[in-house]
Amino acid sequence: MSDEDKTTGPDQSGPEGKVPATGDPEVKTVGTRTGMFGARGTGDTSGFGGLVAPIVYPGAAERPFGGWYDEVADALEPAFTAPWSVVVHRKEITFHVRREDLVAVMKLLRDDPQLRFELCTGVSGVHYPDDTGAELHAVYHLLSMTHNRRVRVEVSVPDSDPHLPSTIATYPTNDWHEREAYDMFGLIFDGHPGLTRILMPDDWPGHPQRKDYPLGGIPVEYKGGTIPPPDERRSYS
Amino acid sequence: MTTEDIYAGSTETTDGKVFTVSGRDWDDIVEGLAGSDGVEERVVVNMGPQHPSTHGVLRLILEIDGETVTEARCGIGYLHTGIEKNMEFRSWVQGTTFVTRMDYLSPFFNEATYCLGVERLLDIEDDIPEKANVMRVLLMELNRLSSHLVCIATGGMEIGALTVMTIGFRERELVLDLFELITGLRMNHAFIRPGGVAQDLPVGALDEIRAFIALMKKRLPEYAALCNANPIFKGRLEGVGHLDLAGCLALGMTGPVVRSTGYPWDLRKSEPYCGYEDYDFDVQTWDTSDSYGRFRVRLNEMWESLRIIEQAADRLAGLEGAPVMVADKKVAWPSQLSIGSDGMGNSLDHIRHIMGESMEGLIHHFKLVTEGFRVPPGQAYVPVESPRGELGAHVVSDGGTRPFRTHFRDPSFTNLQATSVMSEGGQVADVIVAIASIDPVMGGVDR
Repeated sequence: MSDEDKTTGPDQSGPEGKVPATGDPEVKTVGTRTGMFGARGTGDTSGFGGLVAPIVYPGAAERPFGGWYDEVADALEPAFTAPWSVVVHRKEITFHVRREDLVAVMKLLRDDPQLRFELCTGVSGVHYPDDTGAELHAVYHLLSMTHNRRVRVEVSVPDSDPHLPSTIATYPTNDWHEREAYDMFGLIFDGHPGLTRILMPDDWPGHPQRKDYPLGGIPVEYKGGTIPPPDERRSYS
Repeated sequence: MTTEDIYAGSTETTDGKVFTVSGRDWDDIVEGLAGSDGVEERVVVNMGPQHPSTHGVLRLILEIDGETVTEARCGIGYLHTGIEKNMEFRSWVQGTTFVTRMDYLSPFFNEATYCLGVERLLDIEDDIPEKANVMRVLLMELNRLSSHLVCIATGGMEIGALTVMTIGFRERELVLDLFELITGLRMNHAFIRPGGVAQDLPVGALDEIRAFIALMKKRLPEYAALCNANPIFKGRLEGVGHLDLAGCLALGMTGPVVRSTGYPWDLRKSEPYCGYEDYDFDVQTWDTSDSYGRFRVRLNEMWESLRIIEQAADRLAGLEGAPVMVADKKVAWPSQLSIGSDGMGNSLDHIRHIMGESMEGLIHHFKLVTEGFRVPPGQAYVPVESPRGELGAHVVSDGGTRPFRTHFRDPSFTNLQATSVMSEGGQVADVIVAIASIDPVMGGVDR
């Protein structure tokens, strides 16, 4: 690795070379936040109950992405057949990939000498109920030991059709990670050799980490007072 | 004899007739079944989940042929406590009290990776005071020592080296005493917080740490003397649980397992966090790719940790009175704790300040403690080198006062996948050694 690479990487702690994409990235709005105290239906007499604020996630970046990001994007370009986008936020780069491209992208990420992302550190599911048509996200974190770089690959699928291809053929380590994402979010990884529950019991109904799955719990009594379970308490949103 | 046997009931399955054996003499059972049709001797043994040498509640499903393991699979989930889900209903700071309970042998690493992720989202990474970083490093390296000690101790116990166990836990106790002195707790500290650490180093802590270092320098050679060239120890560990570098990367192995293949991969060197670039230490490797190599890597890493602790203690000596939390009062936890007559609790100075002197101080305290701070929307992943490998928290925020989603990439979870590769074709007794060399902690695996 040359010194230049070193200073432009996002994970280096040197003061220079940390500037990500230039220009204003467009914003991505997912859902809104109302009120100030998270209380629904009753309770909020503060006058802030009418507040409505959009939840704005960092949007797609435009070229040049900065540093080695462009190098990776260029090398990765041949794998894309469907629209893709890049988000650069807090010095981390995320490739938003369509599910039909996922397998090709992962394979190229591992095999291309310019990319060489030898290690996949697993799949993390995220459920965005307000991201209509793309509620379930599968997030892959990859590490190139050769170049000392990290990228994130994110695939989103609709709740009504939670299928995406398995990446085990490229990264066998994702075996358990995909099972966990299936267990917790109901993401179905097509081609996985044994997509069964891993943390929850085999006969468990539902997928516990989805946002529409209640936390559960019972009210707790203490010195005459009753405290509702955490997901029913009045809380701040 | 083949019908209605209380010790060996049978059921018809898609794989043919399956006998569940739970007692009695093996030869009797085989003799009794000899007459039945289609009986082949394929034995599936459930080891665990309550087996003393499976490191917590790990269930191993072994298909054995005599003493040889032909297939090995893990059943996990027995310790799943829904920590990631629970965190979504608590504030960002409260999150640390959850994550510290995941991998209970390396609580500071869980806290560190979570806080580093939150700090990246808050964009305050460069504002963390130096003393907070040095204290984080100090605690993490002490923690690495205690974790490796448990690994070596339990690993020794499982192969019958009981002295290794007793001395391992003896030394771990010393580390826990230091934790208690510094954080107030022996485990589940929730000491590393977004923005810094919970409170300053107590008076006299540095002397205790220095005394500990001096003692460890005398005690660590005992492990080497007991094990390194011990023919029985070597006989049990050498060549067992072999996994080369290509296998490690395919299976996502990190930590001592990958370093035992001779590849010096250590996040403290490759992507320094918390100021690790300022410390002088070496990445320890071994070249045998087996359980013995992993043992030696851990043993050598303890020496390196001692070196780092020594340097951190020296730096702390020059940082007396320096802040341990970010200056931003919108993030920094308002109160410090103090030792009272009934143990550690609220600082009376702080109570006096908010209750008697400053209305604004009271409001500020109330807002920050009940509501917490908001974290800008986005996601971050800042891994740290835990004693078991790459530990990372994928932290997602929707701009609220609570984590929208936090996922932990726990090295124990990932590394445990190698059980099959490491133990198939070997002996049953070697399964235990192979798993001990991975050093899985079920609290981290199941979360």
